Parts: sequence; structure tokens; C-alpha cells
Amino acid sequence: MAEIRNFTLNFGPQHPAAHGVLRLVLEMDGEVIQKADPHVGLLHRGTEKLAESKPFNQSIGYMDRLDYVSMMCNEHAYVMAIEKLLGITPPLRAQYIRVMFDEITRILNHLMWLGAHGLDIGAMTVFLYAFREREDLMDCYEAVSGTRMHATYYRPGGVYRDLPDSMPRYQASKWRTQKDVDRLNENRSGTMLDFIQDFTERFPACVDEYETLLTDNRIWKQRTVNIGVVTPERALQLGFSGPMIRGSGIAWDLRKKQPYDVYDRMDFDIPVGVNGDCYDRYLVRVEEMRQSNRIVRQCVDWLKQNPGPVMTSDHKISAPKREEMKDDMESLIHHFKLFTEGYCVPEGEAYAAVEAPKGEFGIYLVSDGANKPYRLKCRAPGFPHLASLEEMTKGHLLADVVAVIGTQDIVFGEIDR
Amino acid sequence: MPSRSETLASKLTARFGERLRSLPAVAGDVACEVKSDQLLSVCRELRDDAEFKFEQLMDLSGVDYLDYGREEWSTYGSTATGFSRGVNRARTIVTEPRPGRFAVSYQLLSVTHNWRLRLRCFAIDGEPPLIDSVNDIWASANWYERETFDLYGILFQGHPDLRRILTDYGFIGHPFRKDFPLIGNVEVKYDTAKGRVVYQPVSIEPRTLVPRVIREDNRYDQGLKDVPVGAQVESGSRG
Repeated sequence: MAEIRNFTLNFGPQHPAAHGVLRLVLEMDGEVIQKADPHVGLLHRGTEKLAESKPFNQSIGYMDRLDYVSMMCNEHAYVMAIEKLLGITPPLRAQYIRVMFDEITRILNHLMWLGAHGLDIGAMTVFLYAFREREDLMDCYEAVSGTRMHATYYRPGGVYRDLPDSMPRYQASKWRTQKDVDRLNENRSGTMLDFIQDFTERFPACVDEYETLLTDNRIWKQRTVNIGVVTPERALQLGFSGPMIRGSGIAWDLRKKQPYDVYDRMDFDIPVGVNGDCYDRYLVRVEEMRQSNRIVRQCVDWLKQNPGPVMTSDHKISAPKREEMKDDMESLIHHFKLFTEGYCVPEGEAYAAVEAPKGEFGIYLVSDGANKPYRLKCRAPGFPHLASLEEMTKGHLLADVVAVIGTQDIVFGEIDR
Repeated sequence: MPSRSETLASKLTARFGERLRSLPAVAGDVACEVKSDQLLSVCRELRDDAEFKFEQLMDLSGVDYLDYGREEWSTYGSTATGFSRGVNRARTIVTEPRPGRFAVSYQLLSVTHNWRLRLRCFAIDGEPPLIDSVNDIWASANWYERETFDLYGILFQGHPDLRRILTDYGFIGHPFRKDFPLIGNVEVKYDTAKGRVVYQPVSIEPRTLVPRVIREDNRYDQGLKDVPVGAQVESGSRG
């Protein structure tokens, strides 16, 4: 009789379903997973060490590059940790802007996740649909910060600038006729808030579209139902958060339980799964998109009616206006000190966490009173999720590994840091 | 009425007494220090006791206190002596163990009671520094401890699989220690003669763009503030 032995398979690091640079060493018995050992760190850039060598504000941009699909949420945790140590509160309008962009980011992230997850397990169309809506939200990022992804928009004490009065418009070209351009620019004629309002009105119908493709789809259900089941007890043990813990039936959401900024003024619901499998987590995330849309709408309504400052006026932390600098010596000094040395943060430790699209994104900040962090630790939600990959895939087939990686919403920027 | 964090702090004092030393923390946070020989028993009680129920270990991170409070550019006595000239680039590797150098911070979360607690525990001095693994109490500690071992070289006793996790295969040293240079020790390049990628000593100069300064500052002393924070906002900033 032929000798039967387990087969070791190298999955990645260059594999389209590995969501980046995951090297997964799988031990297989035929098609069945016996052992899964993820090798991470191929995207390790030492963000935390780099932050130790820079003034506080210069690391905001690094935060975007951690989880590069939910950029502003990462910034939010970082500026919140600094604000906690400084003991400052940003103006109300800045808090609303942050909440609005956190939720826009959540929709962006879930659209990316839905498209990529669909693509991984055999649904092509939803990817194209999802990217159609992502484009509009990316334009909002661009309008407000100048970049489509790595915004660097939040600051300790508020946000960099107020919302713009106009949206960028399409222009006629060799590939786009004037008629097409006029149609595309229709909802871009007003302010940015008008554009977002228009988006919130048409987005629920778009989510319905995704759902017609997937929710009752026989193939989709065969690939996700009862795959990667996690019990609530294990979810707690494994340090899960976000949709991963809610998919297992634990109603835990920092936006409700430990509200930050103006989340306590928002009206929204927390979707919770029942079985803790990939399909439930899919349903949770789709519903979260609808709820995020509701929050964005509430923020738009408030922001339209309440103009005001978006940055703290404490010029020890935020730069003074350009005009003031021209004839006010103190403003000039503040500006010079802020851009050459930065500000010193009082000695102490703080942990600030936000409900990022993937789960709890936390920043643990140790300051010894200097103008640079003494120690910065990013608590990335994907890290404990990926750590549980072996437990979630053991006994499943090789094809299910792809479904599990997809459902964990893995992004290596934050896991490797 | 005491705030939620005060309630937790008083409950912790009542339950653990001497075993947990309370640490100063910003408003809303609760932080305690535990001795390394009592770490496991305290953690187990924190998880299982119905009064606390810290079911989740959200984060675990090492801290190297070697340079704590050390500035690169002294400003304090500058009136009498003048400013120092730039940053000293030379940095020696510290090999002998320093007491109280390495600590591990645990961020605990109680989903039942909606509480957060930060535990700090100093590792047993020595090279390598030692601490007990909490992997048996919270399964999420597995990768976190691997990461801390990789970056700080802290050994977690009782960990089932303490391998490097973030750094390269065959990496030497522990990069997040304060005496490990930011630019690293080696760089890689493609050697055309050998036809493969080779390691060589790093060739770039270390640079400090902004020196690290600590300024005596009582601006953030809550007791000295006369205006409530957030109330003094009047003008926007469009720099």
C-alpha cells in the first residue's frame, strides 16, 4: 500500500486571495486543512518605531497607511489618544465632521471588502458595483483633503480645514462627451454636503442591488453558510472585535458602548449575527453600510445648519491663521515653534480606541513630556483576527480558507504595521 | 456619584489591595501595576471573578523605559550655559541588564461590565528579560506575545510557540529596543557578481530632523486652568 502523508502547501505571499502579502503554510490531508500557520510581517515598516522619532503631528500620515482601506478611522484613534493626554476637546463641528468621515470610511471599507470577498469566492459583478460607489466617496476624500486615500485630515484639536464649498467636476475629453459630463456633474453643482446628501439618498438602493446579487444567491450561500463558525465564548477569548464579534452574536460596538465624539447624539442600530459563520458576518457588514448611511445623513443635516470653527483656537497646539501671522508677533512665534519643534504632550499614558470598520482600532500612547511619543502601539483589529485563522479553518477545505480570509477582512498594512 | 472609572478603581482596591498598585492615568482610564510573580493569579481572578469579568485581552505591548525622560537637546538651563549643539549621533548598545527597563502593558476589556483596565507589569531583569505568559488565560495573547518577544526580546515563560513574527527570517536583534538604531544595522542589495541578494552593514547616516525636547510646562495642569477646555473656541482655522 502506498504511503499516505500530509502535504504542505505554501499559499502566498503573492496570491490574489491572500489580500496582500500573507504567506500561509498549510498542512493538508488531501483537501482538508490540518494546520494553518500564517507568516506575517512582509509589510512591516516599523511605523511605531518611526513615530517615536517624529513630533506628534508628523505621524498622522503614517496612520492612514496602516489600514489603508479605512484611513480616517486610524487617524481618529491617534488624534484621540493625543487629545486625551493634552486634555483638550475639539469644537463640536469638528466632531461632527469626524463622525461623518468615519462613517464614509466605514462604507468605503465595507464596499472594498464586499467587492474583494465576492471576487475571491466567485462573484465578479459585485466588485464592479462596489467600486462605482467607492469612486464617489473617494471624491469626497479628495475634495476635503486633496488626496483620494491618505488624507491626513484629522488633527489633535479638530480637523485640518472646513468642508469645501464645491466639488471637483468632470471635464469633457476624448473619451467623455459633453452630454455625459453634464449628467455626471449634475449632483456636483452644489457644495460637498449637497453631494454627500445626494449620495445618502441613492446609496440604500445600491445596497439593495448588491443584496440581489448575493444574499439569496445559492452559490454564495454554499460558500459562506456554516464556514468559519466562531462561538461567542471563543470570539471573546480570541480578542475579536467589530463585525467579527457581532457576527458571533455579541452586541458590542464602541460607538454605542463607549461613545466618542458625537456618536451619542446619533440614531443608529447595531446589527448582530446568530450563527457566527461567514454568511452572518456578511449580513452584519451589509447592514452596517445602511446604518452608516443613516449616520452620515444625520451629520450632513447638522453640519448644514451649524457653521463654526473646526479647530481648537489654542495656538500652542494648532497653527494660527496666515493673516494673523502677518502682523501679530505672537502668532508668528507660535507658528515657528509648532513647525520646527511641535508641541510637548504632558507625561502620562493613554489608550484611545475607535470602532474602525474592521473592529477596535486602538492607540496606546506613552509620553514622557517630550515633543515626540515615547512609545506608540497600534492595536490593529486584524491582528487577533488573523491569529485565529488556524482555529477557524481547521477541518475545512482549501477553498474555504479563501472564504475565511475574506470574511476576516484582512489588510496587511495594519497587521504588519 | 462616583464616575465609572472611580467605581472600578475602588472595587479593584477592595478586592486586590496590595497586589495591585494604582498608577496615575488620564481622566476615564484606570491603570494598575502588578508584580511579575503575581501576574498570573491576578489576571486569572480579573477574568473569572463575576465582579470584574475581563473576558478580553485587547492589546499587549512591550515598553522599553531605557530612555524615558531623556532629551536630545537640552533647553532647561540654556539661559546660563547656552544651547547644546545638535544631537549626539553615537549610541551605544546596552548589554548589561538595567533594573526596571522592560515592562509589558495589558489592555483588558470587560464586555459584561463595559470596563477597561490597563495592567502594567515589569519583566524580571536579566538578559533576556522574563515574564509569565498569559496565553492560557486569554488566547489572543499568543500572537501579541510573539510580537513583543520579536520586537523587545522579552521571553514569555509558558508560551507554546514563541517565534519571531514581524521581522525577517533570520533577523538579528530586537528592533524596538531604544538602543536599536532607527536606520537598522544591515541593508540588502542585489549583488550582480554573486547573482543574489546580499546583506551588508548599513551605509546611510543616522539623522535627526527634529530633536527630542522636554519642556517644563504647567499649561496642561488641570488645576491651573481657568477656562473649561473646549469652551474657548471662537475662530476656525483655514491655515
